[in-house]
Amino acid sequence: MKIAVCINHVPDTETKVKVGADGKSIDRAGVNFIINPYDEFAVEEALRIKEKQTGEVVVLSLGGDTHKETLRKALAMGVDKAVLLKDDTPRDSYSVAAALSAALKELAPEVVLFGKQSIDSDDAAVGLMVAEMLGWASVAVAVKVEIADGKVTAEREIEGGHEKVEATLPVVITAQKGLNEPRYPSLKGIMAAKSKPIEEKPPAPAQNRAEVVEMRKPPAKSAGKIVGTGADAVPELVRLLHEEAKVI
Amino acid sequence: MKILAFAEQRDGQLKKNAFEVVSAAKKIAEQTNGEVVALVIGEGVEGIAAALGGYGAKRVVVVDDARLKLYSSTAYAKIIAEVAGKESASVVLLAATAMGKDAAPRVAVKLEAGLAVDCVALKVDGGDIIATRPVYAGKAQTDIKVTTSVKVLSLRPNVFTAGTSNGAQAPVEKTNVSLTDADFASVVREVTQATGKLDVAEADIIVSGGRGLKGPENFNIIEELAAALGAAVGASRAVVDAGWRPHDEQVGQTGKTVSPSLYVAVAISGAIQHLAGMSSSKYIVAINKDKAAPIFQVADYGIVGDAFEIVPALTKEVKKLHGK
Ligand SMILES: Cc1cc2nc3c(=O)[nH]c(=O)nc-3n(C[C@H](O)[C@H](O)[C@H](O)COP(=O)(O)OP(=O)(O)OC[C@H]3O[C@@H](n4cnc5c(N)ncnc54)[C@H](O)[C@@H]3O)c2cc1C
Ligand SMILES: Nc1ncnc2c1ncn2[C@@H]1O[C@H](COP(=O)(O)O)[C@@H](O)[C@H]1O
Repeated sequence: MKIAVCINHVPDTETKVKVGADGKSIDRAGVNFIINPYDEFAVEEALRIKEKQTGEVVVLSLGGDTHKETLRKALAMGVDKAVLLKDDTPRDSYSVAAALSAALKELAPEVVLFGKQSIDSDDAAVGLMVAEMLGWASVAVAVKVEIADGKVTAEREIEGGHEKVEATLPVVITAQKGLNEPRYPSLKGIMAAKSKPIEEKPPAPAQNRAEVVEMRKPPAKSAGKIVGTGADAVPELVRLLHEEAKVI
Repeated sequence: MKILAFAEQRDGQLKKNAFEVVSAAKKIAEQTNGEVVALVIGEGVEGIAAALGGYGAKRVVVVDDARLKLYSSTAYAKIIAEVAGKESASVVLLAATAMGKDAAPRVAVKLEAGLAVDCVALKVDGGDIIATRPVYAGKAQTDIKVTTSVKVLSLRPNVFTAGTSNGAQAPVEKTNVSLTDADFASVVREVTQATGKLDVAEADIIVSGGRGLKGPENFNIIEELAAALGAAVGASRAVVDAGWRPHDEQVGQTGKTVSPSLYVAVAISGAIQHLAGMSSSKYIVAINKDKAAPIFQVADYGIVGDAFEIVPALTKEVKKLHGK
């Protein structure tokens, strides 16, 4: 089975976000980038499907040269092939999805895995947009996936519970935390990844349908107060919540 | 502007977010001389539709079909896009719930429309809508302009107020959308609901516990406080990773981003990834024995001390307040 995984390269979760000079994106100076955490679950799941049913795993990332680091990480985890759709222009999720789906059409995998969302834009849109562009079934926010007899049975997370989903192949799956426990790349894997080639291709040009007008820090929270120490402070806390904040 | 408001239902009941979406749609309509058409999809849902009139829907379109009792990504998206097309809606509004987040990207592609997800504010600016949405799990906010003539927007639950119904009943129109087997390429077969469990993403009050609670058996004090407050139970990643709590309770950058009116953080240090998910809560209470814990920097009210002593006392006091 041919499996593709789309992976994004995003600022580390430790990042203290500073708005950049353009007022529309973050200041990237000193920011450490990592593979999008949800995409690690996607890569892991792809490897597990391959290990069960044999096949090939290809990872794709759209972005600048720095995305190669994240592609290398996936290669080190054990994927067979990496493709960089090289492009530095800012894109909305629609135009990322358009470029990825064009590339995926050529690859013709039976399963494409995504993360549930990128932790930078927090869009949670690209995977489902690709599914729609390809006219495929989808299971988003999956925490359990089984593929057998040309069919997918999966569980996705919803508010306060789960949905059992059935879907036909080919399928788009977006991975939620809990789907699996991603492996650490082995030393051998890391060494091997260094010499594996990363194929570079130009993606379909960007055609954005949404633009960022402004980025800013959220309104700062005013300094709070320490109500007191120990259980003695509890009545005063309840009074404040009831009378001042009016939330209980 | 004509706005199509997708009103989510589950088990034949409209969700609170359905009223939020219709009310937000009404606000846009008022400012643009437009009108709101609501859409309800499901089985046996005709009877619940008219009530949306009380929140501002001028008409309600209902697509009623036994095959639509449970959600289907492919079928629901097709219906929403088709109705939006038939109505010539220039805005499609949904809630950024599990269902709305799943359908919206597909609807946007079908309509070749730009998408803004998880919006926390909408502003009409001439013929445009400026949508404010958090990014980097709330560490920053962006204003987004969708540049296509049709716009698809999803709204973060609990942020837009639904108000109360003015009692108006909207006319309900049943519509057929032809659906073949191929339209059910993805379909929900079963919903398993943790009985009575309130989800952190929907809750108005959340009580979260962290590693300082020392073990899963001690979460009873968190559950009891949550029960007294009518709150959902949340958790830090440390306790989820340790297997003390299920991951659907995790709050933070790689968990859920929440904006309740009250967030109580118990024995949680306040790591940047945790703060990212909850710092937009209206009020934050921190209970921690370390007065230097970073959680106090975002807390409106803090108590320094032992959670095992403070939390049960708090539960008792809350019960007293509620006359129990
Ligand atoms: C990629 C990545 C993603 C992450 N995503 C998330 C995320 O989504 N959500 C998240 O929460 N974290 C996330 N983290 C983890 C985060 O960095 C912290 O490790 C985690 O939040 C710590 O959890 P904690 O506050 O429960 O534990 P600790 O940091 O260990 O804090 C325990 C606190 O309990 C207090 N305490 C101890 N005993 C008592 C007592 N008896 N009474 C009162 N207080 C007491 C201590 O003073 C301390 O402040 C992420 C990390 C990474 C690297
Ligand atoms: N530039 C990109 N290159 C490859 N995959 C991407 C890219 N951006 C997003 N994705 C994938 O789409 C998922 C959802 O992203 P988003 O819609 O941006 O939240 C991510 O978890 C990735 O799997």
